[in-house]
Amino acid sequence: MGKRIGMEVAVAASEAAALCRFDMAAVYPITPQSHIAEHLSDIVNDGRVDASFMTVESEHSALSAVIGASAAGARVITATSSQGLMYMNEIMPIASGMRLPIVMLVANRAVSSPINIWNDHSDIMPMRDTGWVTFFSDNGQEAVDMVIQAYKVAERRDVMLPVNVMMDGFQLTHMVEPLIMPDQEEVDRFLPPLVPYATLHPDKPVSMGTLGMPDIFTESQKSKDVALINSISVIREVWKEWEELFGRKYEPVQTYLTEDADVALVTMGSMGETAEVAVDELRKEGIKAGLIKIKLWRPFPFEDLKNAVKGIRVLAVTDRAVSFGGPGGPVCSEIRSALYDEPSRPVIVNYIIGLGGRDVQVADFMTMVKKAAAGKLSEPYEYYGVRG
Amino acid sequence: MGTREYIRERFFPHLWCPGCGHGIVLNGLLHAVENIGLKKNDIVMVSGIGCSARISGYLDFHTLHTIHGRALAFATGVKMSRPELTLLVPMGDGDALSIGGNHFIHACRRNIDITAIVMNNRVYGMTGGQYSPLSGYGTYATTAPYMNIDPDFDVVAVAKAAGATFVARSTTYHIKQLTDVLEAAILHKGFSVVEIMSQCPTYFGRKNKGGSASDMMEVFRTRTTPIASKEKAEDPSLIERGVFEDREAPEYCEEYHHIIERATKGR
Repeated sequence: MGKRIGMEVAVAASEAAALCRFDMAAVYPITPQSHIAEHLSDIVNDGRVDASFMTVESEHSALSAVIGASAAGARVITATSSQGLMYMNEIMPIASGMRLPIVMLVANRAVSSPINIWNDHSDIMPMRDTGWVTFFSDNGQEAVDMVIQAYKVAERRDVMLPVNVMMDGFQLTHMVEPLIMPDQEEVDRFLPPLVPYATLHPDKPVSMGTLGMPDIFTESQKSKDVALINSISVIREVWKEWEELFGRKYEPVQTYLTEDADVALVTMGSMGETAEVAVDELRKEGIKAGLIKIKLWRPFPFEDLKNAVKGIRVLAVTDRAVSFGGPGGPVCSEIRSALYDEPSRPVIVNYIIGLGGRDVQVADFMTMVKKAAAGKLSEPYEYYGVRG
Repeated sequence: MGTREYIRERFFPHLWCPGCGHGIVLNGLLHAVENIGLKKNDIVMVSGIGCSARISGYLDFHTLHTIHGRALAFATGVKMSRPELTLLVPMGDGDALSIGGNHFIHACRRNIDITAIVMNNRVYGMTGGQYSPLSGYGTYATTAPYMNIDPDFDVVAVAKAAGATFVARSTTYHIKQLTDVLEAAILHKGFSVVEIMSQCPTYFGRKNKGGSASDMMEVFRTRTTPIASKEKAEDPSLIERGVFEDREAPEYCEEYHHIIERATKGR
């Protein structure tokens, strides 16, 4: 039933990929993802998976190479961060457009300029509309589990889309965390061998990524959208099966003490754990606080969110990225839009926090909740703790 | 003007590891600039990402610290808009010839008046010692624990073939020659490439049993030789140092100016 170990999360996520018996990896090093590249390389070199490891000259080539391998029928993996993800931007819609079940690990990091190697979500947010299923992990265990779940979701015939798994750079990737590493037999039982839908093979020629004229292009885009929207039911199914096999529960929107909550925080990623402690502390002070954690960013879990906010008076949404010149943070923008048609909805306030590795502590979340509970912010969104 | 005038002392000590060769390159570069007598406000340094790229932070020139592999593209933009400025582009081997390989060959081809300095330590140092396109077959790296099978580029051959009009190579052991070739490269009208073999005892050295920084520099002393020397004839495996290419060809910004003049004639 798996083994409880202490392991650096970047290494553990790579181990999870090895349990999935990937056939091919192509990775370019970038801080704070590089430990994943190195560990995947070790795994291949040690012969622990029957796979090839391709070092490439850029992230653009890394994703292109795994698309090639996936098109030829291989189970593939790549990983990146920050500028590397930005550089993959051009290729990401190609992966989803060709409906290839690629899995990518993202060690979230701020994007330039100024140059900053620390954690926030400004790298993944511009990739929102590229047609990838996007998971956000809170801790090492979730990162490990989500890598394995990602293959299962991606390779389902009724999905056939790339999946990327977010893990906060440094805060998660470089932490040694206690976690349960599943056994090979367990993973084999959960994840059957890849049966590709269509592969490049000379005996049965197919054409992928061909020219789509105006008479068919809209249909191609709608089919991708429908597939992504429909994948949520597959994700629920896969997470249910995971819970039965491994005993760990996953939901698109996870709630903590929201049933009777007056005010609730919304987080994505590793800060959820800090926010959970803040909720406990606020409860001790008699404030009815709760927490909503979004684990599935795409497809966006509209129904789960609507259910989660029922009865909540004030929602304090935190964002670790900015939609410059727009409505504030991208997560809050999404939530406002999701709740617009609801007959009754909470007052929504938006905090921009934790940019470029700025620490956000329990006391900060407590302050945010108290301020939000007292009434609307003076501005449409607040850069929490900003100078000037 | 003393070389201290060219540096931003408040950012020292620098972040390079003890024994890193990049500080020697910085030293040689400062002396080259001082020998030429360039004013610091006439110099623009453009760098990308990597250990080498951090050099731009320490110098009190106009500095543009950009993204991995793209320094030459940014520099081309600067030079095209302000051709009277002196452009220096320090890059690492990964920065210049891996992710930035395309920009490198096209900058060579255009012969734009920029000095590209390839600080070749044969490894991605900043991200933890992965092999680069200049590590070479048979080397070891964190991504090649059982040996690298990728052949390496010969920077000099690539630069020459792509059309650079000034191409030189030196090492951090040969500080005098390093300074001289940088000086000649900056004075050259056209695209100049200077490869400087620089030691990385932390990653390349440790993974390849290269010993200490001084051991690695000793290899630069014994395993390199002046171009077409007697030693080279006796031992073809020696790496040549010196100026490989120094020729005149139309410079890109000047040609651009001429074509604009021709197009707007009489207007």
